[in-house]
Amino acid sequence: MTHSESELQRVKNELILMWKLVSAQLLKAQKALVTMDKDLAREIIHTEKRVNAYELNIDNDCENAFALLNPVAVDLRFVLAVLKINSNLERTGDIAEGIARFILEAENNFPDDLLAETQVLTMFEEASDMLLDLCEAFDKENTEVARTIFKRDELLNEINRAANKCIAGYLRENSAHMEQGLHILSTIRKLERVGDQCKNMAEEIIFYVEAKVLKHAGKKEGE
Amino acid sequence: MTPEFKLEAKKVNVYYGENHVLRDINMNIEKNSVTAFIGPSGCGKSTFLRCLNRMNDYIETFRMEGDVIIDGKDIYDRNVRVEELRKKVGMVFQKPNPFPKSIYENVVYGLKIQGITRKDELDHAAEESLKRAALWDEVKHDLKKPALALSGGQQQRLCIARTLAVQPTVILMDEPASALDPISTSKVEELIHELKSNFSILIVTHNMQQAARVSDKTAFFYLGELVEFDETRTVFTNPKHERTQNYITGRFG
Repeated sequence: MTHSESELQRVKNELILMWKLVSAQLLKAQKALVTMDKDLAREIIHTEKRVNAYELNIDNDCENAFALLNPVAVDLRFVLAVLKINSNLERTGDIAEGIARFILEAENNFPDDLLAETQVLTMFEEASDMLLDLCEAFDKENTEVARTIFKRDELLNEINRAANKCIAGYLRENSAHMEQGLHILSTIRKLERVGDQCKNMAEEIIFYVEAKVLKHAGKKEGE
Repeated sequence: MTPEFKLEAKKVNVYYGENHVLRDINMNIEKNSVTAFIGPSGCGKSTFLRCLNRMNDYIETFRMEGDVIIDGKDIYDRNVRVEELRKKVGMVFQKPNPFPKSIYENVVYGLKIQGITRKDELDHAAEESLKRAALWDEVKHDLKKPALALSGGQQQRLCIARTLAVQPTVILMDEPASALDPISTSKVEELIHELKSNFSILIVTHNMQQAARVSDKTAFFYLGELVEFDETRTVFTNPKHERTQNYITGRFG
């Protein structure tokens, strides 16, 4: 392996570590929401600092790669993709932190029937799976898996679209749970954004591996 | 009718004795463009460059098949006089090679050989060529100074001025900046950009970034074959061939 290759591999490993940390943040947010675990929520907020530190380090690594390694072709696309995925992951980290803050603010548990009717947990699971699958796709340069994300994001969009009506209906019958209902609605909005970040990351993986630009291309292949 | 391309190579094969060094090279070069030739040592890029002004003719074992057409005319045609061809197709080499004469004499050397003797004509050509080679301001008060007293970078620009003086339309450059420091290199590269509006420039370089910076198109040679020839921005962002990618990213094993 040449010096350049090992430097880029190091950046790749760093991004994968960040990816796993952000995925863990989202999983913890789900757990904290279900169990109303405020300590876990505090831990997420604290760990967000590590996510931010990763972002700064990876930005710095990319800047060095441009200045010192003069990347071209697949290497150039790799560094460009890393830069963008880095910022997508950082935003996903912010989303997990935002959900943790809802949990800290909430005064009462989230009722099971509210969680079930809104499908917020399904959303959590799908978003986390999408994140982890994307990480694997990036690591293995597997664009087939990356392409499945566009379709899977549809599920998150559907749950999000149904959320207003669903929560309004729930609150009509359970007006005592107004605060929880609104927190869940905000959480659903945030998880929908995770889906968008995942789509952007999938596009970056395809750009890096196949040199194809899918951004703003309308309906995606495999969608 | 004006030919579509400034220069066309058609099925060029070159042999040095038994050694088959270039295989079926086809390439069309547009007018007023910069084309970079890249590839590992021994890949045939310099040999190909030298085919374009018949510099290989002096090599005893050299044999070429195929056609090289410049401005619609086959340059290997029996009726072509090599001296005339070299007027049209100038060359700049890796190491600056000024003659041990004054700056002025170096620039007008080719014109004098052509029989031009009028002082005002020579003076004018010297000034114009030195200006075009971005050297005029540095030497205008010292035209009688020996060329060998100039710095390496200045000598190389003097050689470019000497090439320009005979008014070629094609300029071949064989690693023109590899012996120069970064400032001189950047001056030569800037010069290439400026000359492009009047000349078709073909440049052999081992410096990938230089190829990326100065050229419109890039040709990658490997083991005597033209592996890839495309827009430079395509070659350096999304080359079609894995061998090209391995070479430009430094993964050549």
